[in-house]
Order: sequence, then structure tokens, then C-alpha cells
Amino acid sequence: MRGGSNKMKLQGRKIYKGTVEAEAIVTKDGISFYGGVDPDTGKVVEVGHELEGQSITGKVLVFPTGKGSTVGSYTMYRMKKNNTAPVAIVNKEIDTIIAVGCIISEIPCVDKIDINNIKTGQQLIVNGSEGTVDITS
Amino acid sequence: MRLEQEEKDMLEGKYGKAAQKSMEILNALGEIFDAESMIAVHGVQIAGVSYANLGEAGLEYLNEMAEDGKVRVLTTLNPAGMDRENWQELGIDKEFAKNQNRAIDAFAKMGIITTCSCTPYLIGNVPHYGQHIAWAESSAVCYSNSVIGARTNREGGPSALASALTGKTPNYGYHLEKNRHGQVLVKINAPVKGSDEFGVLGKIIGDKLVELGKKIPYITGIPSATVEELKSFCASVATYGGTALFHMEDITPEYNKYPKPSDLVFEIDQNDLDIARAELIDEDIEIDFVSIGCPHASIHEIAKLANLLKGKKVKKEFWITTARPTKKIADEAGYSKIIEDAGAKFAADTCCVVAPIKGRFKGIMVDSAKACYYGRAKNKFKVKIGSVEECVEEAIK
Repeated sequence: MRGGSNKMKLQGRKIYKGTVEAEAIVTKDGISFYGGVDPDTGKVVEVGHELEGQSITGKVLVFPTGKGSTVGSYTMYRMKKNNTAPVAIVNKEIDTIIAVGCIISEIPCVDKIDINNIKTGQQLIVNGSEGTVDITS
Repeated sequence: MRLEQEEKDMLEGKYGKAAQKSMEILNALGEIFDAESMIAVHGVQIAGVSYANLGEAGLEYLNEMAEDGKVRVLTTLNPAGMDRENWQELGIDKEFAKNQNRAIDAFAKMGIITTCSCTPYLIGNVPHYGQHIAWAESSAVCYSNSVIGARTNREGGPSALASALTGKTPNYGYHLEKNRHGQVLVKINAPVKGSDEFGVLGKIIGDKLVELGKKIPYITGIPSATVEELKSFCASVATYGGTALFHMEDITPEYNKYPKPSDLVFEIDQNDLDIARAELIDEDIEIDFVSIGCPHASIHEIAKLANLLKGKKVKKEFWITTARPTKKIADEAGYSKIIEDAGAKFAADTCCVVAPIKGRFKGIMVDSAKACYYGRAKNKFKVKIGSVEECVEEAIK
């Protein structure tokens, strides 16, 4: 399922610097990196999660907000070192765990984005320094 | 965020890589939560110490920070995954012990006092009323905010470490008076006594706060409470409700500083306490493990245990989890010998929440509602709550 051509520039808030271009994977569910994601495979393992069984590696992970234990920040760091991490994160409303996880793992991150505008499979340019998300396909 | 010169210098790397990364974290949190500036903190408590939670990645992060990071304020650690001296006796494997020590060494290199306890306020990391601190460990956060009247947000492992390495935290949340008002009036219409019952009360209030979407209860109807009872209550209300601050009429220091909430009220009767207690007792539980000390046992609790265990023999695995300095007082007072002669074991530096004991036991009896929550969720034990006396009775039966 491709999102079609609705090119758009979304302005949010910068959380962590850096610019990347990659494909989006979008969920309406919160993400708990501690226990909810397998840091070795990059797959979501939370039972009943919208993305259960899907890989978030190398994608722009788009979700409303983080949840769960603060150890999740360390899990993100571990994924970055394992090369299983998403290349950027876009949130509706950031929480402390995800924010700290992005900073220590150096993953570009933007929040205050209306994530309903983004569909899985669309190509995005995330600019963490400007706080923008460009939908390019 | 408006940064002072020293804070800007840290952000630009003039104080080294660890201070730079730390200031990046704190600055970003400040921006996210609309803080106007940083404030100095007087002490730090760090969570994320057990290797079972950190993993190799967490350890790698700590080692990176330890390359040039040094703490600027008094900093202590949460419980580790094992007793640092007595781990073999307690059934911890060698590989885990090696990794746990690598983590503790990294903290030590940064100048952190490696006493591992969830009750820093019992062993010398203790703020005074109104002081700003940056503490992780939800039960200690709740205790310091509520019982002491110090000010901290609920920090996670990395943000607490960042405050330790910079001496700063962004000024938002519970650091500001405007966010410390009671939101819900809770009337207690039954006597509440003992650590276990205060834990049961914490569960009721915590569950109710989640349902109401509120954080700060103002509690009336408790005529008196011991430090140990409040310690247990803090752990429970933080576990079940995510509560970082409560006010208790005539007991906590800020209870009359802010208006008493009146528009949102709920009452707790004996029946509610009975129902909640029953929820913390699993049916057909087969108890093979008894543990006291969640949060870490105080010297007063250990004295009481020594009295209960004197001349007895426990027939089940029995752990007393406590801070090592408290254990040393117990050694000097002669309590440790009485307790160990009865066959119970001290597990200092660790606790039954963070030790890697999943699957080792079938059923655990505790005097702590927090230990019930993690016993079930993390370690897949069946659980039973009871008073300290009941726990000892069960162990010697």
C-alpha cells in the first residue's frame, strides 16, 4: 500500500538534530522500546500491537508517543549500536523516554506533527534541526 | 530555555564529552517541558543499575560517559541485580556477576558512591525541605517530594546521570510550586496500620488516580504513620498510580501550604481495604520464598525481624533486602547473627524486583504491595501480601 502523491511539508518541533531520508512506518499505537521491541531483530514484539512482527529498522518510525519503562532509552541506544534502530522518529507528542533515547542514540527526531498526514510506505525527509517533515512521495 | 554561560559552555563541549551529552539531554528536556532555565540540584539518585535492565547497550553508554564524566553533586545508586559480596550464596551466576560489576565500576569511575539502594534517604543521600534534587527510583522520588518536601521530577536513568554530571536539571514540573497542589481529596475512614496495609492503601489510591487521570492526592484520616509505613505507601502509590507527590494531613510538611482540594473527593472504607488486600493474594499459591525489604528494610525493621526470628528456624528461602550500610549497623547491633542463625539471608545492594530470579520460585510472600506487582509482572510468581509477623510465621511453618 503506497500513500500516493500528496507531497507536503509539515512543521513540528526539533527534538534531536540531523537530516535523513527514508520510508515511513506509521502506527496509531504507542511504542515501548523496553519489552515491546526486540533490539536484536528490530521487530516489534508487543502482543497485539499494530506493528507486531514488523521491522522498524532503517525506517522513519512515526507514532503518537512513547510508553513503558525508562529503560527504553537504553534499548534505543542498543538498537543504534546493533544497526537495528529506526533512522528517524516522528511523534505527535514526545515523552521523556523517547526524547532521551533519541539524544543518547543520536537519532534525528521531530514532534508536534499531525501524524494522520503520514502513511506507511511514503518517502520522508526528516530534518531534526529545523523540526520539519517533508513528504516527498 | 535560557542557559547561563557555564551551561552554554557545557553544551559546546568545553567541559568534555560526557558533560556535553548530559547538557544536550537536559536542554532538550527543558525545551520539551517548557522550562525557562536550569536550576542547581543538591543530590542525585540514579536508576538503571541492574545489569538485567541495562544490558550490554546500557553498559556501553555508561562506559562512554565514564571516559571523561565526573559527578558534580552527591550521587548514589539504585539496587543492583545482586548482593555484591554474597551473590554466590544467593544463586546468582558468575557471568551475570561479572557484568554487574562492570556496570558498577563504570559508575564508580564517574565518582558515584556505589552504595546500591532504593532508600537513599535512609543512608545519607538526604535532602532537606525545599531542596531541588534529581532522583530516579519512583518510590524514593515520592518519599523525597512528599515526606521530606524536597523537589524532584520522576527522572529516568540517563536524565538522572545527566544531572549528576552537570549539577543541573531543567526547572519544570514538581520543581515549581504551582505544580505541587493536591488535586484529589482522599478520605480514609478506617484504621491503617503496618507496612503491608499502607501498601494496600497505596494500591487503592494509585489505581483510583489512574482512573481519574490525576497525579497528586491529598489524604486525610491518617492520625499517624511511621517512616517505614510511609516508605511502603510511597512505593505502592508510585507503582500503581505513577504518583510522585502526595500530601497527608498533619503528617507531610506541605499539607497546609496549598488549598485542600474539594471538587474531586473519594473515600476509602474498611471494605475497600479488604478488597484490595484480597487482590494481592493469589489463589492456590504455594509459597517457597519470603522476602522483606521492598523498599529496602530500615534498621528498625531489621531489629523487629531479629526479635521475631530469635531462636526460630526458617523452612523456606527467606531474604531480607537492604542497603549495605544498614546491614552493617545490623551486624554491629547483633541482629544479623540472630537472623542468619535462624536461616534467613541478607541480600544487600539488591532486591527481589531487580535481581534475576524469574522462574526460580513459585510463590512469594511479602509485606510490600510494590513487590507483589513486580513479583507477578516481571518474575511470574504467585504472590501473597501479609504483615511482617505473618511473613515470619509462614517462613517457619
